[in-house]
Amino acid sequence: MTVKLAVPSKGRMMAQCAEWFAERGVTLSRTGAEREYSGAVDGVEGVDLVLLSAGEIPRELAAGRVHLGVTGADLVRETLARWETRVEALAGLGFGRADLVIAVPDAWVDVDTLDDLDMAAADFRAAHGHRLRIATKYHRLVREFLRARGVADYRLVDSQGATEGTVRNLTAEAIADITSSGETLRANHLKILSDGLVLESEATLYRSRAAPLAPADARAMAALLETLGLG
Amino acid sequence: MTPARADTRAATRAEAARLVARFEAAGARAVDCAILQPADTLLDLYGEDIRARAYTTQDPLRGERMLRPDFTVPVVEMHMAEGAEPARYTYAGEVFRRQEDDPDRASEYIQAGYEVFDGADPAAAEAEVFALFAEALAPLGLRAATGDIGLLTAAVQGLRTTERRKAALLRHIWRPRRFRELLDRFAGRRPVPAARLALLNDPDPIAHAGPRLGLRSEAEIMGRVAALREDAAAPPIAAEEVEGLDALLGVRDAAPRALDRLRGIAGEMPAIAPAVDRLAARLEALAARGVEVDRLDFEASYGRTSMEYYDGFVFGFYAEGRDLPPVASGGRYDALTRQLGRGAAIPAVGGVIRPGLTLALGGAA
Repeated sequence: MTVKLAVPSKGRMMAQCAEWFAERGVTLSRTGAEREYSGAVDGVEGVDLVLLSAGEIPRELAAGRVHLGVTGADLVRETLARWETRVEALAGLGFGRADLVIAVPDAWVDVDTLDDLDMAAADFRAAHGHRLRIATKYHRLVREFLRARGVADYRLVDSQGATEGTVRNLTAEAIADITSSGETLRANHLKILSDGLVLESEATLYRSRAAPLAPADARAMAALLETLGLG
Repeated sequence: MTPARADTRAATRAEAARLVARFEAAGARAVDCAILQPADTLLDLYGEDIRARAYTTQDPLRGERMLRPDFTVPVVEMHMAEGAEPARYTYAGEVFRRQEDDPDRASEYIQAGYEVFDGADPAAAEAEVFALFAEALAPLGLRAATGDIGLLTAAVQGLRTTERRKAALLRHIWRPRRFRELLDRFAGRRPVPAARLALLNDPDPIAHAGPRLGLRSEAEIMGRVAALREDAAAPPIAAEEVEGLDALLGVRDAAPRALDRLRGIAGEMPAIAPAVDRLAARLEALAARGVEVDRLDFEASYGRTSMEYYDGFVFGFYAEGRDLPPVASGGRYDALTRQLGRGAAIPAVGGVIRPGLTLALGGAA
């Protein structure tokens, strides 16, 4: 056996991830052809690199099929109920920063807070005969957030991409989505509610609480965390 | 499945069957309902929160379905479609509840229930359900809790304030924290947020807003702005009225003493007098059924958190000192029938017992 470290397989997040590890003396590299999803970890013994979609890493950590994984805090909290009991957050990596926010059209001059949203939702339901729709892919996080704050008469509709466009396309009245600069929201004439911050997320290194470690693996894990300055 | 667990399941079914037989002997007709229920009805009734509590599944032909989280909704629908009043129903079967926070809570368990649709004498119907449950559960030494959501509803309706504020408070009766926030705001106990002040002071707020997007029209937006202006001009809810509500919500005593306190409060708050009279009639009906009302707990704020569709009498039976969910619960749910019947309401009261729990505690009578 070896210690399995999962990192996102694509894009900027993988590059930034490699950079973060390299700064700490651990080299992550792809092996084989460029499109092949396999990799190597140099700088410590007994650690394998696993390249996975960022969205699948929470599940693999929870199942104990990988020991360590880098993914967004938003994905871990959305995917894993009682996440703290299943994974341990070891370090925020300082990139992939994004906020999950609730946003409504700029033109809703009467809506600035969740309280306003709740009241507007009651009126909307009375006027339109259906609940005010909020488009999101973060169903659990958004539902828990709105429930804790007593917002009623809304309905979540699933949106896996281009969520900012749903209001214009009349498939939702408001959205809950990840934003880093807010530019896409502004370009789509949406504004963030002043108390509409659901979660601040960043790329985070997690340790699985379920993955078994043979004695040799435990030593490799300790050496890796030591090298990363997390020991 | 281990043999021990299979035995427990079989024993739970037998316990449920005994309860159903008991309810049939009390005059109920045994009914059954589909496990897969249309999600739309439940979503419309309970809102998005039901998704956190019920299992949703997708049917390519029928659309979104939910594994029944309770029997009440399908029984009400069945009764409204075909039933004649008065009617009494009993049922037993699995209900399914997602447990996102507590892995020790069952996600699938059996409920045995009894529902009465009989408007002739509401107090008698409530006493009938409660007494039937109390007798069945008597050997278990449970603590009974009772309350009445109708008192708070009546108190809110009687406030000397705008209809819009009352409607906002009534909408959040079942969310105590949000109710309190709104009450504090309407009573002028919270500062008006800066953005709200800016909006109220802006003669033409829509002029410098972004382009209008989506289904919510400019008339709706400006309608709410007008409502906010009206609200800002309306006097705050008087401090005495808020104190009256607090006094009402603080009532927690043996039922006869609670009734006395409520009569006292009704002196200052005449709007609750009819609800207090209903409580008095209920206690009489309970006593007539042999319930020891002198020892019955009454709590005016009971049932506000987890029983969204109950709107009058509410009750629950608890195993004291055990970390168990309520062994039984129930109440009046006229409002639910009004929602499901699109305005056509039926007086309805009922409740459920969990035979798995009664069995674990030694078995119902």
